[in-house]
Amino acid sequence: MAQILSPLPGTFYRSASPDQPPYKADGDAVSAGDVIGLIEVMKSFHEVRAETAGTNIRFIADNEEPIMAGAPLADLD
Amino acid sequence: MLKKLLVANRGEIAVRIIRAAQDLGIATVAVYSAADGGSLHVQLADEAVNIGPPASKKSYLNIEAILKAARDTGCDSVHPGYGFLAENAAFSDAVTGAGLVFVGPSGVAIRIMGDKVSARSAAAAAGVPVVPGSAGRVEGLEAGREVLAETGFPVMIKAAAGGGGRGIRIANSLAEFEQAFPQAEAEALAAFGDGGLYMEKVIGKARHIEVQVLADGSDAIHCYERECSLQRRRQKVWEEAPSRALSDGLREELCASAVALAKAVKYSGAGTVEYLYDDEADRFYFIEMNTRIQVEHPVTEAITGIDLVAEMLRIAGGEKLRIRQGDVSVKGHAIEVRLNAEDPAKEFAPFPGQVAELRIPGGPGVRFDSMLYQGYQVPPFYDSLLAKLIVHAETREAAIVRLIRALNELRIGGLKTTKPLFLALAADPAVRTGDVHTRWLEGWLIENAAALAG
Repeated sequence: MAQILSPLPGTFYRSASPDQPPYKADGDAVSAGDVIGLIEVMKSFHEVRAETAGTNIRFIADNEEPIMAGAPLADLD
Repeated sequence: MLKKLLVANRGEIAVRIIRAAQDLGIATVAVYSAADGGSLHVQLADEAVNIGPPASKKSYLNIEAILKAARDTGCDSVHPGYGFLAENAAFSDAVTGAGLVFVGPSGVAIRIMGDKVSARSAAAAAGVPVVPGSAGRVEGLEAGREVLAETGFPVMIKAAAGGGGRGIRIANSLAEFEQAFPQAEAEALAAFGDGGLYMEKVIGKARHIEVQVLADGSDAIHCYERECSLQRRRQKVWEEAPSRALSDGLREELCASAVALAKAVKYSGAGTVEYLYDDEADRFYFIEMNTRIQVEHPVTEAITGIDLVAEMLRIAGGEKLRIRQGDVSVKGHAIEVRLNAEDPAKEFAPFPGQVAELRIPGGPGVRFDSMLYQGYQVPPFYDSLLAKLIVHAETREAAIVRLIRALNELRIGGLKTTKPLFLALAADPAVRTGDVHTRWLEGWLIENAAALAG
């Protein structure tokens, strides 16, 4: 099992904008480099990418949740 | 006079407003999100109320929570600061509707100025020169083609409901225009729920010059102009007053036009009328009016000696304007720079963190407006403005020398800030002579990227 950690402190978003579907749903497979969410830091947005491939992603952080740098965002098998 | 004021904001402007209120003997209530419990504005206010989680939407933009805090603490007034709810007409109405005083203009005035098309019409009606373009909304491509006779190319197509640089397209030819117009319409509808467009001539090289006004609902005065031509991504980084570009005759004309507009909309409080100034044509054009106190207000305070925030509070408390136009005069030159938690060496990436060391500049002609203290943890949820350094001296040249002196005194340890940018700008020959325009800084940043990275 692997964890995807937040590279930055800020607000976590699971989709590109409120009217878009989430980048990944719980249970999806993930390739290395896939965008799994956005972190908003001081009004600028940064993509969070998976560093390794995996299956069955399970999000720990909720959409719009405030998070600190290094906080776990999702588990991956 | 107001008795108890709720400050509906955070950061340096909340601190600024609390100080002005306390100087006038007005009790203060701070509001804060769960991320801001340790903030300076919370420490300085007489009382403080937690209004919700870190996300602005759930705290600083939560009208219900703010009004409840005002009721629970027995406030008679609310100051919105800048950003957040400052230009939200519904908030102004809600505060007034709750029987409280809104420190700012009426919802009506905010609405007129908030819609770009109605603001432009109001300005034109008050005799203020506007950028050549459509008289109002442009209904369809055919009507758009007719406006081109006024504007020529390049032309800007703007969303009526847009703002802050969003919803703008530029066309350089008829072919580009015919392609861009329907796209802009669809985009405006999707982004703002309103497909209304208007058109304006593109002014090639222009300065950003704005006039500070103070008004009490019937009378209005100006406190001269500020020039804010140094911008990055349409955000001001360096502001100064007065502008070296204006002749005395044109300055008087410009400032009189701002007063005429403020009177025409029965403006109340502090406001700023923004213009583009075309050096070559020696003409100015209205762009918009901001119905709030602005970030860069201290440069005007420095050259006029007027405490703008205190005057806002007095006017909101029911006083008539105390200052007559003839009493407002300009003394010396002032410059403000915005110290943001951004790393200029890495394309201005945000840099929230903890203030490990803080040495604040001082001495004659130096003002430092900030919410920083040693050990303060800068939260990542809000904008990156940490502090404003304002210097005042007899001349522009002396102000730049003083700016360098003050920047060298300043030390903010543990964070990356925009301080190196301002040291580099202050040494630049074009900045020294003031030979800049609104797109100058973007080119300079590309040419000087290596120097900033080092």
